[in-house]
Amino acid sequence: MKIDKLEVAAALAPALVLGALGLALGGIFWGTLEGPEREALAAMLAPRAALVFLAWMVAAIAGGVVAQRLYAAHVAAPKRLAEAAQALAASRTTSPAAREHGADDPQGEGRALAGAGSAGTRALAAVLGELVRQRDAYRDDIDGQVREAARGIDQERSRLAALMSELTQSVVVCNLDGRILLYNNRARVQFRALSNAPALSDGAELIGLGRSVYTVFDRKLVAHALESIQQRLLRGAAQPSAQFVTASRAGQLLRVQMAPVRDPSADEGDVARLSGFVLMLENITRDFEADSEQDRLLHGLIEGSRSSLGNLQAAVDMLELDDLDPAMHERFLGVIRDEVRSMSGRIQALTTNASQGLKTRWPLEEMLGADLVQAAQRRIEAQLGVRTAASEVDQGLWLKVDSFALLQALGSLSSRLVDEFEIKLVQLRLRRDGGGASVPGDTPAAEGGAGAAAPAEAGTERATLDLIWSGHNMSTETVMSWESSPMTIGTETSPLSVRDVVERHGGEFWFQRERTRHEAFFRFLLPLAQPQEALDAALVLKSDSRPEYYDFDLFRASEQARELDDRRLVELAYTVFDTETTGLDPSAGDEILQIGAARIVNTKLRRQESFEQLVDPGRDIPPAGIPIHGITPEMVAGKPRIGQVLPAFHAFASDTVLVAHNAAFDMRFLQLKEEATGVRFDQPLLDTLLLSAVVHPNQESHQLEVIAERFGITVVGRHTALGDAMVTAEVFLKLLPLLADKGIHTLGQAREAAQKTYYARLKY
Amino acid sequence: MSYKVLIADDEPNIVISLEFLMKREGHEVSIARDGQQALEAIRTERPHLVLLDVMMPFKTGFEVLQALRADEALAGTKVLMLTAKGRETDTAKGLALGADAYMTKPFSTKELAERVRQLLAGQP
Repeated sequence: MKIDKLEVAAALAPALVLGALGLALGGIFWGTLEGPEREALAAMLAPRAALVFLAWMVAAIAGGVVAQRLYAAHVAAPKRLAEAAQALAASRTTSPAAREHGADDPQGEGRALAGAGSAGTRALAAVLGELVRQRDAYRDDIDGQVREAARGIDQERSRLAALMSELTQSVVVCNLDGRILLYNNRARVQFRALSNAPALSDGAELIGLGRSVYTVFDRKLVAHALESIQQRLLRGAAQPSAQFVTASRAGQLLRVQMAPVRDPSADEGDVARLSGFVLMLENITRDFEADSEQDRLLHGLIEGSRSSLGNLQAAVDMLELDDLDPAMHERFLGVIRDEVRSMSGRIQALTTNASQGLKTRWPLEEMLGADLVQAAQRRIEAQLGVRTAASEVDQGLWLKVDSFALLQALGSLSSRLVDEFEIKLVQLRLRRDGGGASVPGDTPAAEGGAGAAAPAEAGTERATLDLIWSGHNMSTETVMSWESSPMTIGTETSPLSVRDVVERHGGEFWFQRERTRHEAFFRFLLPLAQPQEALDAALVLKSDSRPEYYDFDLFRASEQARELDDRRLVELAYTVFDTETTGLDPSAGDEILQIGAARIVNTKLRRQESFEQLVDPGRDIPPAGIPIHGITPEMVAGKPRIGQVLPAFHAFASDTVLVAHNAAFDMRFLQLKEEATGVRFDQPLLDTLLLSAVVHPNQESHQLEVIAERFGITVVGRHTALGDAMVTAEVFLKLLPLLADKGIHTLGQAREAAQKTYYARLKY
Repeated sequence: MSYKVLIADDEPNIVISLEFLMKREGHEVSIARDGQQALEAIRTERPHLVLLDVMMPFKTGFEVLQALRADEALAGTKVLMLTAKGRETDTAKGLALGADAYMTKPFSTKELAERVRQLLAGQP
């Protein structure tokens, strides 16, 4: 038992005090006496010294006992009470057994608090005990409610998951960082078509919980779509959604419909606050190609034939004249023979050869013209720092545009104006074309009447979008050369030119001056769309309650701008991998035979998002190893080489932390291929062997089988790369809480601890 | 009255007919086979009217038209554009850039002759 030093001091204090007091008083008294008196007193006291000492002893012991009691009651008891109360306050849960015991005994846990002490202290202990009991009751209540709510959410989720998997449309739900929170099987199939190496990684490098959709879609394109949704929300549209078409890196054309997920915690008035978005994807590559091909044939026939027909008609007209001399007659007949021949040839060529320069019809979205102008103004001001103005905008015009490309075109033209002519202000003008409002220019435009020159026929309505600036006389050649060069704004470049963008719209583009106003402008002719959303306002009025959304807590898991090392282990995504090799020494020519990898997201092993690939090693497989890894030369014959597999695996592992058992071994194989394949595995790396040594420093073996057995993990498919990767992943998941017990919570801490182990010192 | 007419087209088969037609109307005809030649011919010969094809090598008809309209000295030159491109957007562009008339192939030579007569007589 521990000796309380203060208590001992308290018990001894009266003895010391009495002794000191006696000596002090005796000293003073002695000082007042004369010599003879002193002698007399000494003679009186000397024989009774034992009696005096005894009296002091008795008084000291009595005093000591009293002091010790007082100490126990007023110092030690409150202190113990405080400690016990602290322990109770810190305890997260009280065991049900303790609480049942408490029910028999009115003092309950308070009993642990009671014991000795003054009456006041005992009363205090009783009150504390009561508070603890109340707290536990509340806690139980809350736990119950939480369990109930969680059950409800689980049900909602599984219902939603069932619904999603039945959908024939592919759906991907993301949070605002573009991390995938939910996807259905259809989406997975679709993403597979987008993969650069579909046969190798099955698209799993693109789609997976926690992965970023920006590996598939241009981040700026998504941001642009979100922005236009927010604009529509602010305008009060009931079902705002945006649509865009994008070409994937693998050349596939996707039509994407985006719907917002509003932030359920946003204020009632703050309608435009989003917590994520839903993407519905449609692969339109095939439709589009078919359409384009048809279009091209039609286009070629029309444009090509017009000219020939023109020549024919003119020649025939001439032949009908009666004042024709025989020589001219023969020449016109020659023209007719020639044109007939060339038209037949053209039709022949068109039907046989179907892959020449084609005009494509890019799928366009419908957008309110005023929104486009506003977006262009914002973009130009933000990127170029020049002033913009909307000089005249027809508020009712709906356009059919590829707004992303068109904004790029406007931005890049403005950027040229600013860079090359130091223009300080650009204006935008949007009008219906040909509706009587003729351009006040100095170029006299003759009114229609000539052939098909009537500008605005029914069904071919267009809008003119002008980018206007004033001052500076610049040459037409300079300005028009901007039309065909690639668009650039600052560091942002596009492979497209303004001409390409115009052609996507089936529109036109030119440069025009208004000398009288000292202005010049670029004009885009753009197709019009039917006005829409007229019904939306009515819908908004009817539905005053906000739509309900599923409450995914993943939505809240926003990425924080923290260094990876500071991120908590439980919130990171991992690629746990293993390799099978021809031998142990990559520098002596041993090669990888198989790579297997599993993903961990949100501390869950995602078995369906795995990677497994046999690799043709390009050399023989030593027979000694075949019983271990079970990979025969026949199995790898015709499989891809490491040069193809590593980029696919690298893409699969992007944005994650790598985990392997005895990682140094596998990493040596990967690193030796860095130069040849051009892929570098520079992700952070964790080694389950070292982490196991961190949590169980006294264990002798940290072999994978042994650790798995220690954790009670059933081992199936050991010694295939994926089988081992799965086991490693499960071991890793078991290690996480044990690491936490050791105070290792972040990636940085885990790496540091691993480096310090005996095994690490041995190896590195 | 006789006018100078420039035919700018790279297709000989239409040039034959246009040349014959214009000469028959009593005009003095010159011919340019591409956009560059056309612009030079306009500057040196100062034709009253240009029959201008859109699709030509070196310079398109639109470019020739823009250069022509940018030059004050050539302000009086009438331009009739001929094109095999039938889209309304092309027509709109041609007229906006300053063409006096615009005809899409195939066209009737009677109408063409009539348009030329109107333009040269100073009518719209």
